[in-house]
Amino acid sequence: MKARVTVTLKSGVLDPQGKAIEGALRSLGVDGVASVRQGKVFDIELDGSDRAKAEALLKQAADKLLANTVIENYHVEVLG
Amino acid sequence: MKSAVLVFPGINRERDMARTLRLVSGQQPAMVWHTEHELPAGTDLVVVPGGFSYGDYLRCGAIAARSPIMDAVRQFAAKGGLVLGVCNGFQILCESGLLPGVLMRNENLRFICRDVFLKVERSDTPFTRGYNAGQVVRVPVAHGEGNYIADGETIARLEGEGRVIFRYSGPDGMIDPNWNHNGAINAIAGIVNDGGNVLGMMPHPENHVEAEIGSTDGRGLFAGLAEVLKRAA
Repeated sequence: MKARVTVTLKSGVLDPQGKAIEGALRSLGVDGVASVRQGKVFDIELDGSDRAKAEALLKQAADKLLANTVIENYHVEVLG
Repeated sequence: MKSAVLVFPGINRERDMARTLRLVSGQQPAMVWHTEHELPAGTDLVVVPGGFSYGDYLRCGAIAARSPIMDAVRQFAAKGGLVLGVCNGFQILCESGLLPGVLMRNENLRFICRDVFLKVERSDTPFTRGYNAGQVVRVPVAHGEGNYIADGETIARLEGEGRVIFRYSGPDGMIDPNWNHNGAINAIAGIVNDGGNVLGMMPHPENHVEAEIGSTDGRGLFAGLAEVLKRAA
């Protein structure tokens, strides 16, 4: 079973990398970008086929290691 | 002083730290591999050194913070044992929950490697008794992610309880954004936990302990610790 965990910075947390990308897009002439926030994506391959179990496992993974919940939010998704 | 220096894959400042501990205290520290579940018997100081554990993958210090030895360090700290984390060690202590907050990418996005000035806010801690309150010391930094932040409530508590021990300053002790090279909130360079027995700091005092290097300003921290631990023994 394929799954994806997306980790993003909480709003209000300074994101210097996002700011740098935002500036680069502007200097490349990509207009209309109001702001950029950078995050992380984890593509995870899971054993078994129980979706509820998979979601619980992914939450555990995110809480224990993938995200630092002081500054980051996460979103888990079982892709099937 | 029976000290233990933790060693994680990818770390590279553990030998500087061990050398300094030996020079200042006269005793050789134990080097403790991350897969160990216990600290050596009689350990009275644990040092988490600097240097890019696990290549800074995922987040600085995140993977090291979840290693088996850190459970032993948590138990040691809960009993009042002294723990010092420098640079990546500070990041590991934050990631492991021993200290609040987190170290973000430097505000200017650059890796900074140079001497900075630190104002010692208090001298009544085991880590700073070798200094005077308000004293300014010159020590090096070498980090890409030293920009300390925490939520407003945590910062207010740290400040209110006098837990900010070191701040980036000018040579005269002035706190000014120009001297706050990584953008840390309130120019915070080092904090202690609520028990006052766990210190995390971004700069490297262990690299300024010999006159040949050009400064011995870092020596006070280790000399102070050695004295506290000699008296306790």
